[in-house]
Amino acid sequence: MSNTETTYALKLEHVTKRFGSKVIANNDVDLDLRTGEVLAILGENGSGKTTLMNMISGIYHPDEGEIYIKGEPAVINSPRDAFSYGVGMVHQHFKLIDVFTAAENIVLGINTEKYNLKEATRRITEISDKYGFDVDPGKKIYNMSVSEKQKVEIIKVLYRGADILILDEPTAVLTPQETEKLFNVIRRMRQDGKSIMIITHKLHEVMAISDRVAVLRKGMHIATVNTADVTESVLTDMMVGQKVSLDIARAEPKNTADRLIVKGLNLKNAEGVSVLDNIEFTARSGEILGIAGVAGSGQRELLETIAGLRVPNTGDITYIDPSNKSEVDLRKKTPMQIRDLGVRLSFVPEDRLGMGLVGNMDIIDNMMLRSYKGGKSMFLDRQPSKNLADKIIKSLEVVTPSATTPVRRLSGGNVQKVLVGREISSAPSVLMAAYPVRGLDINSSYTIYNLLNEQKENGVAVIFVGEDLDVLLELCDRIMVICGGAVTGIVDARTATKEGVGLLMTTRKQGAV
Amino acid sequence: MDKEAVKKPAKAPLLVVSKRDALPLGKRILIRAAALVSAIIICALMILIVGKANPFLVFAAMFRGFFINILPSIYSVAILLGISLAVTPAFKMKFWNIGAEGQALVGALVTAVIMIVLGGKLPDPVVTVIMLLGAVIAGMLWGIIPAFFKAYWKTNETLFTLMMNYIAIEGVNLLLEVCGGPSHVVGRSLLEHGRMALFNEPYIIPIAVAAILAVVMFFYLKQSKQGYEISVVGESENTAKYIGINVKKVVIRTMAISGAICGLIGFMIVGGVDYGITTTTIGGRGFTAIMVSWLSKFNPFIMILTSFMIVFLEKGANSAASKFSLIDTNFSNVLIGIILFFLIGCEFFLEYKIHFGRSSKEVQK
Repeated sequence: MSNTETTYALKLEHVTKRFGSKVIANNDVDLDLRTGEVLAILGENGSGKTTLMNMISGIYHPDEGEIYIKGEPAVINSPRDAFSYGVGMVHQHFKLIDVFTAAENIVLGINTEKYNLKEATRRITEISDKYGFDVDPGKKIYNMSVSEKQKVEIIKVLYRGADILILDEPTAVLTPQETEKLFNVIRRMRQDGKSIMIITHKLHEVMAISDRVAVLRKGMHIATVNTADVTESVLTDMMVGQKVSLDIARAEPKNTADRLIVKGLNLKNAEGVSVLDNIEFTARSGEILGIAGVAGSGQRELLETIAGLRVPNTGDITYIDPSNKSEVDLRKKTPMQIRDLGVRLSFVPEDRLGMGLVGNMDIIDNMMLRSYKGGKSMFLDRQPSKNLADKIIKSLEVVTPSATTPVRRLSGGNVQKVLVGREISSAPSVLMAAYPVRGLDINSSYTIYNLLNEQKENGVAVIFVGEDLDVLLELCDRIMVICGGAVTGIVDARTATKEGVGLLMTTRKQGAV
Repeated sequence: MDKEAVKKPAKAPLLVVSKRDALPLGKRILIRAAALVSAIIICALMILIVGKANPFLVFAAMFRGFFINILPSIYSVAILLGISLAVTPAFKMKFWNIGAEGQALVGALVTAVIMIVLGGKLPDPVVTVIMLLGAVIAGMLWGIIPAFFKAYWKTNETLFTLMMNYIAIEGVNLLLEVCGGPSHVVGRSLLEHGRMALFNEPYIIPIAVAAILAVVMFFYLKQSKQGYEISVVGESENTAKYIGINVKKVVIRTMAISGAICGLIGFMIVGGVDYGITTTTIGGRGFTAIMVSWLSKFNPFIMILTSFMIVFLEKGANSAASKFSLIDTNFSNVLIGIILFFLIGCEFFLEYKIHFGRSSKEVQK
């Protein structure tokens, strides 16, 4: 084989993958990755990005089609095979052993060389210096932040000699600063001749890091284009296939009244570190209050505290009952009592099925999570839940074989529709939604925005924790910005600027921990 | 590289395992039946070649062994079923309760003690009622103790329930030591009062109780709010907390139910049929029940069939072993092993399908 043909590090031809008889995850995909480039894989949820990457990294085997690596047809039946071809995948969910150190995790599973931690540590340091990671090889995983863990995962594949790297949504868990650091690492790897595929939803990241973009839609490869030749709106059109209006309708708040008053809220976590620092705000009915902040600034803890899942160290949470205007102290209530008052927490944590839903239960039984206690009978009444499940499937266009399908079999976006649909259905007076559109495609995201707006117009006090500033600025009425567990500002979303909010997100209050 | 080679698909793995869509009920039954038939054929070959006996005669002897004395056989099924039903809520909650043996034995122990202490001093029906209550409460306690420690201090329930078994066994040893006299047996002569029997037939009550329990448990798990809570806690403790289920309460309540049913079974064995107690009164059925429960996927009605099958195999094989000199009890265990291997193994084929690489149809495309 001549050298001119090896400009493609990786080439897929007519790759098709089916799951069961109904689902075609990838349909006749042709794709190529040039040596020494960064190729972004862009697509909505369920467009088959992850399945495609899993076939390249040996987790799945294609039903049809062919994978060529460096010009040779490749048989990849396991991640180990993939490594032997120099393909390394960094998954969205880290596969690390908590009680081991970084170095131990990195050498784990390598049986072609002698176990020599000293030598391994030397090589890890070498790799770190070369690409600009700052990772302590002797640090235990459980002491690491998310971005450190990600670095360990990347070093792990580099250590194994991978020169084709696949990064599955690497920035989903990172702050903007961490993302910039990661991009610097990626650029250095590209300089070093590595070929990199990066899966992402975020268009500005595609523009920032990639040389070319491959767009997938509904399992099919639409096109691969040079990043320099396109704009974000061109990519959006390719990705969604139809023009999606970018304006989120926002009504003026009507009949606002104070509904939830939080004062001086302090919370320390199990390690005694302060995660909520003197939080004060008021949520009003008929209004969407946005909460902005870099990931892990205390958003989750704040909502869980209001919902009664955590007990604050100090502070007051007062709920004003819309029916009789009486004040209720939520601090002294159990989660069940708080729920009965109409305070609903719709939580979409990183781990989608870990909290809001039960993966092994079907949609009907998941609907029942909220309502099963209703009535005096000791037996369950599934009929209302069944009706609700059917209604949500229809109105939110949940793609599922039936209402009796376990929710773990649904795609991420559909899982979230089920969860948010259920939370909204119970006619709450306070609706707290944390990252309700995380991982959702554009169309589903708009469905959720519309639902939240509908709730607002019905007089619900909506609290929306988001990560996309553009969405926060367009959807919310007011935005509370938190940083390091403390409120750094509450701004009017109609007049605030992205830069202003961004500044508040990164400016720590004086005296904050 | 020539063009032919490019077109040829890359070597697929020899065997591909993939999850199948849900099979229709008829097909599921058919696969299970095929597994059973295969198991029987292998057993027949084993009997023929290793046991050097006529498999038909051996099978006939097995049937005779089980059916010739039908009521005691069904009673054995009922006892195994009862304990299986008892452990099911705990396992559904992912509480690894391997202490059913001890929970049942402690129920049996309390039954025997009450018989000895109160027998003859109070009217027999009163003694029976006290025995029943005592056994149920004792079993319940045996279940609550590990659940309490698990709920509040996160102790390991597997080790805890296992150790509770030994405490129950030593309790029985103590009773044998104190009351058993020189022969260390608490037998019929000591346990005369408070016997439970219907129509002079000791087996009817346990059988009826197990049957009722199966129905009640089915609806408890599938249709009751408590059963739903058990499922949620078992699937995801975080979800349970999120929707406001008191996880500690559910864990303790469920183990109380498990233990209470075990205690009831212990009472029925000693107070209804055995009128005596030894350390082997439960005889490992507390452990067999775990297999019955899982094999039946926690469905009480399937547990009836599964318990029936296991008791049939044990009784039948033992009875055959006594008739055919070359077939001893070890051999009967081999037969039971083969049949269980096939029946458990076929569950894999119900969930997954295996095909050889790519099918020829796909290659032609």
